[in-house]
Amino acid sequence: MSSRRLTSILKFSLLSLMLAFTNSAFADPVKAAFIYIGPTGDHGWTYAHDQGANHLQDQLGDDVVITRIESVAENSDSERVITSLARKNDVIFTTSFGYMEPTIKVAARYPDVKFEHATGYKRPTDNISTYSARFYEGRHVIGKIAGRMTNTNVIGYIASFPIPEVIRGINSAFLAARSVNPDIQIKIVWVYTWYDPGKEADAARALIAQGADIIMQHTDSTAPMTVAEEEDGVRAFGQASDMSAWGPSAHLTSIINNWGPYYADRVKAIRDGTWTSADTFDGVEQGMVTFAPMQNMPDDVKLEAEMTILDLEFGDVHPFTGPINRQDGSVWLAEGETPPMFPDIITMDFYVEGIDSKYPN
Amino acid sequence: MNEGLIIAIIIGISIASVPLIFAAIGELLVERSGVLNLGVEGMMIVGALAGFVVEFHTGSSFLAVLAALLAGMAIASIFAFLTQILLTNHVATGLALTLFGLGIAAFVGRSYTEENIELISALHIPVLSDLPIIGPLLFSYNPLVYLAFFMVFLVWWFLFKTKQGLILRAIGDNHDAAHAIGHNVVRYRVLAILFGGAMAGIGGAFLSLVQVPIWGEDMTAGRGWIALALVVFSSWQPFKVILGALIFGGITILQLHAQGFDVRISAQYLSMLPYLATIVILVTLRMRVKNKTNRTMPNCLGRIFHSTS
Repeated sequence: MSSRRLTSILKFSLLSLMLAFTNSAFADPVKAAFIYIGPTGDHGWTYAHDQGANHLQDQLGDDVVITRIESVAENSDSERVITSLARKNDVIFTTSFGYMEPTIKVAARYPDVKFEHATGYKRPTDNISTYSARFYEGRHVIGKIAGRMTNTNVIGYIASFPIPEVIRGINSAFLAARSVNPDIQIKIVWVYTWYDPGKEADAARALIAQGADIIMQHTDSTAPMTVAEEEDGVRAFGQASDMSAWGPSAHLTSIINNWGPYYADRVKAIRDGTWTSADTFDGVEQGMVTFAPMQNMPDDVKLEAEMTILDLEFGDVHPFTGPINRQDGSVWLAEGETPPMFPDIITMDFYVEGIDSKYPN
Repeated sequence: MNEGLIIAIIIGISIASVPLIFAAIGELLVERSGVLNLGVEGMMIVGALAGFVVEFHTGSSFLAVLAALLAGMAIASIFAFLTQILLTNHVATGLALTLFGLGIAAFVGRSYTEENIELISALHIPVLSDLPIIGPLLFSYNPLVYLAFFMVFLVWWFLFKTKQGLILRAIGDNHDAAHAIGHNVVRYRVLAILFGGAMAGIGGAFLSLVQVPIWGEDMTAGRGWIALALVVFSSWQPFKVILGALIFGGITILQLHAQGFDVRISAQYLSMLPYLATIVILVTLRMRVKNKTNRTMPNCLGRIFHSTS
């Protein structure tokens, strides 16, 4: 064996050793994947999750590599997408309620991969966590503003699908509005879509034609805000992200879904090896639900809204505080009573008394 | 119910129907020539984006509509090239066109989701628009609404009152015979496809310029498919396109209002109605046609034309 050959072998061994050392000192980045129901440009639900992913990237820098897949329908497509992501990632955030069954199925097949399912409640294997936010606390704040700001005493509510999440929002907004304005009425229109700008606009126009001068939406596009902007004297609240750009004179505030800190915490936990299956349901207090700047309202209304936010932050108020009856008149909560998280809040499937609409069942 | 509400409902119906009228009347002419283009949705979304982008940069509604028309034609020309020159299967090519249109519009339009524009305002004719009731009902729509009805008339006139229309129908019914007596099948079909693209483009632009002043990925949300169903509903008769579109748009808007008024019918059923109505109408139509054996469907619809000469 020539000495040159020997040197090269030695060099190579040394190099390998160094590489091995580097690898152990600086672990591989965590590979995180996000699957979205809509386009990231919806400026609503998906946009907010995508902002959260951006925050995660900012916080962890080189420690995380993010894959994002948008507009994945909640059918067999989603299972295929989640499976292909599971082969290459350490953690997968499935960011829509309808991904629940596919998430569970794929999680069972990939026990080493962590799954984080937004707005779900099933965690059959210990590699699944669920997380959601108490958006009804946000609805409590905008309900108070709506009750003060309306001239016609009619709130128009554009609702997507009758799932507990949406029902909670309607009940919470209505109760808060009525607490400051006993004459308040709420008109609810179900559009059975999360994202269809044309239909959302049609619904907003219908509600305005029927006398609503405050528009609330639980759909994801900015269309209702733009309709409010074009009509005189109509105001609206943004959904999921700051929608003030679409309604400079109509926008009162937006409920902002602030997922970023949660995403950063969870991925840090994976990096540090401390991740465990958990259920997170945070609200205003933890900063998961925040608000766009209050505008187009008098100072006293703004002050009241900000005080309400403070009360929520300190845990002094609960949007559902008795006495509250169900729509059929039966007692839900007695004087001063607040409901347990499960089943009352998690599975809410009724309107409260005072809402005139028929419950969609 | 007051007058203002009724007018709001009627204007709402016009807004929901007109994109369908545009897209369907274009497709009707295409199908009359014997071509089945399932790419309506893709052509609409590209038109919606083109219209929005040009309106955003120039502020000119005229240029915006023109751009939508040209963009629809441009993407339709891909379909024309594939099906008429390369003789690909109409159904597969049309589906590909829809997927392509949705994809490219989402990609190109990425940075425009942040923006919004001024809606094209409704017409205001001095005196006429100010007339009570008649003014708002007849003379206060968006100019594109009048254009949609005019295009339906134009297609009807072309198909049934001109020689070229007769030739186009002949090609749709029997392209071999039409070819044998010396008509240029491919040229007629290519022009028809381009016209279909132009109409779908304007239909799409109506969404982003009149219905909502924003651009959003997938904002056509299946309207291209409804337009295709309307062509079948119309039995390939231009004026029935208007009827079908008004029924669909009408039920869509009325059910939203019914929910607001809280008629005691579950919201699910109400929002199913437009689609349910479409299915019922299609089925009854099919049965009627079977019984009477008067086939209105162009004979050569979707069939590939091989010129043997």
